[in-house]
Amino acid sequence: MQLEFSPEEIAFQQEVRSFIAENYPQNLRSVQDEGHDLSKEDFLSWHRILAKKGWIAPAWPVEYGGTGWTATQRFIWSEELAAADCVGTMPFGLSMVGPVIYTFGTPEQKARFLPGILSGDDWWCQGYSEPGSGSDLASLRTKAVRDGDHYIVNGQKTWTTMAQHADWGFFLVRTDPDAKQQEGISFLLIDMKSPGVTVRPIITLGGEHEVNEVWLEDVRVPVDQRIYEENKGWTCAKFLLAHERTGIAAVARSKRGVEKIKQIARTEMDGDKPLLANAFFKRKISELEIDLTALEFTELRSLAGEAAGKGPGPESSLLKIKGSEIQQRITELALEAVGHYGAPYFRGFGEGDNEHPIGPDYAHRAAPTYFNTRKTTIYGGSNEIQRNIIAKMVLGI
Amino acid sequence: MDFSYTETQDMIRETLSRFLADTYDFDSRGKMIASATGRDAGIWKALAQDLGMLGASFSEEHGGLGGGHLENALIMEELGKVIAIEPYLQTVVLGGGALKAVGGAIADAVIPEIIGGNVVIAFAYAEPQGRYNLANLRTTAKKDGAGYVLNGHKGVVYAAPWASHLLVTARTGGSGSEAAGVSLFLIDANLPGIVRRDYPTVDGFQASEVYFENVAIPGDALLGGDGAGLPLIEQIVDEATVAVCAEACGVTFKLHQGTLDYARQRNQFGQPISRFQVLQHRMVDMFMEVEQSKSMTTMATLKLDLPAAERMAAVSACKAKVSRAAKFVGQNAIQTHGGIGITQELAIGHYFKRATMIEGQFGSADHHYDRFEKLTLAA
Repeated sequence: MQLEFSPEEIAFQQEVRSFIAENYPQNLRSVQDEGHDLSKEDFLSWHRILAKKGWIAPAWPVEYGGTGWTATQRFIWSEELAAADCVGTMPFGLSMVGPVIYTFGTPEQKARFLPGILSGDDWWCQGYSEPGSGSDLASLRTKAVRDGDHYIVNGQKTWTTMAQHADWGFFLVRTDPDAKQQEGISFLLIDMKSPGVTVRPIITLGGEHEVNEVWLEDVRVPVDQRIYEENKGWTCAKFLLAHERTGIAAVARSKRGVEKIKQIARTEMDGDKPLLANAFFKRKISELEIDLTALEFTELRSLAGEAAGKGPGPESSLLKIKGSEIQQRITELALEAVGHYGAPYFRGFGEGDNEHPIGPDYAHRAAPTYFNTRKTTIYGGSNEIQRNIIAKMVLGI
Repeated sequence: MDFSYTETQDMIRETLSRFLADTYDFDSRGKMIASATGRDAGIWKALAQDLGMLGASFSEEHGGLGGGHLENALIMEELGKVIAIEPYLQTVVLGGGALKAVGGAIADAVIPEIIGGNVVIAFAYAEPQGRYNLANLRTTAKKDGAGYVLNGHKGVVYAAPWASHLLVTARTGGSGSEAAGVSLFLIDANLPGIVRRDYPTVDGFQASEVYFENVAIPGDALLGGDGAGLPLIEQIVDEATVAVCAEACGVTFKLHQGTLDYARQRNQFGQPISRFQVLQHRMVDMFMEVEQSKSMTTMATLKLDLPAAERMAAVSACKAKVSRAAKFVGQNAIQTHGGIGITQELAIGHYFKRATMIEGQFGSADHHYDRFEKLTLAA
């Protein structure tokens, strides 16, 4: 056991750092710094640069376009991305449906869909939750009825993140209404431009348009867009959820988040002293930082286990629970730190106000981000569901 | 970066685990504690001579296996799993750690005796007024010819009744909590003028109040520089703190396992209580605390040889987290057991007692959050 990077790993770190410094789009940096919403093109500009370099999917097997990096190299990569404040790549293709396709798909499906995920030409969204099926995902009612070479799909999905930009969606649909809940579900890839697909925005507490309702009315989906066997979609769904959970730990980004709060707490005054000198606030930061270290080393131990041949399993629920709690605490402390200037609603600023913004820059998004981040303990299987998973799969109770 | 154990480390863990399973069942442990000396000295001998375990963390030149902090951690974790009352922490981690750090003739003389199981060292550092401040000492060692004369009172010295040697902190100069003037000595435990009041501790060990009354000690008992011993003391206490965290990993692992086992077989309302979601989630929370304790202990073990400020921040982060985990897992183990948990009958309560003492050993969570903040969160 050792923590030090080898000379090769240090060289890799340098290579990655220079690559980011030389290639990260400057206009994207200014959009981020000014706190504007990111457009589809903003996200894709960085995605395409990484795709061109061959670094877009480090977690994938090399044969499908992965980098062949070791767990340590991947750790270095995520640290460097976070340290440089790079925007994240969208997870729906790269971390979710991509691994499902290369694991369960036919050779034709792999050839058809993986290149678009890697290049960024296809933007994906996830059709899982329904108005009546949240934590009880297997109760979903969107149905697909076979009609020759097609399924006819009818139903409603919700909380569909970034569906307004999506070219494709992966959907869980019921193909056997008589089977036991989890056994009658199939995994379908649906072209979002298909007739009968309607996307309607849901505006969340910070005023952002991030999630959507997706209505499916007599949508015709070719049978060759079903991944894996009919009625075996739950296998894909479970596999995908385990993959989704590890990324959810977001250790590197949270480290960066803690550094930003410290910076704010050194700047903000609490009476005649910096806020960071307040013993109660300081204790909240040290607790957060120490909990984040515990999460980081739990993830590193888990990655070491993965490298030794164990895939992400139910213990990744631990990473999801602790990672999401920490993300929330970061936003909570940031909002607390900015004091009065958490209140002004930055989307409500008038045109001319941009020249004389109200309050410090770091305060503008504190409240909306806090509101928005409540999602982390709800999505990807709520933290209560994660506890059920650990109880059943790890503890055997 | 690498998180795998070597074959030797795996072998140490397996060998020790098998030995302890045979020798340290709950009844045998109870008999050792109830015996006249409060221990079975034969186990210490066996650990040394049959298993070679006491040499795991020493260099091959001294007759050891060439290991270090990781070996200490995994041995302490296994000892924690059976709530062993062996003086490994005091003798090998603290005494051995100080000797390894200073080297020289005294290390060459004493380390082989530790490895052979012929020596038990107790660490006499705490004083009634000093709490967790290692420099707040009233015990004095006054220069007297080639040697020193020791006077003072050390409190709650674990393993002192069994000790052949005492590792003692004392002031050779300065006052109050000054760093300068603090010295470390390794002395014969039976020198004239050493008076002990022995007693059992709540977690099954034996300890003493130790009084030094004009104890004449030789000059070569000094470890490190005269009056410059504080950095060495901080180093070995940090090493011991992580070792205790490793022990806590073993203790809390068994608290959690014992709770799962009990919940599966205890029936109420016509079913095993393990089916109740409120208890399932509690046991998941315990699991997460145990896992995070392991993660923090691994982190701190790997950082013990970093420069002092980084080492201290890592150790305090670890102990702060592990102290809270020990409390959480211990209390919830008892709560899940119900009334039977607070009796002497089941092992669970004995694990809880050790977990509770570990919380405060070498500094409470509050103490370590404070130290972490002083080192890393300057305004």
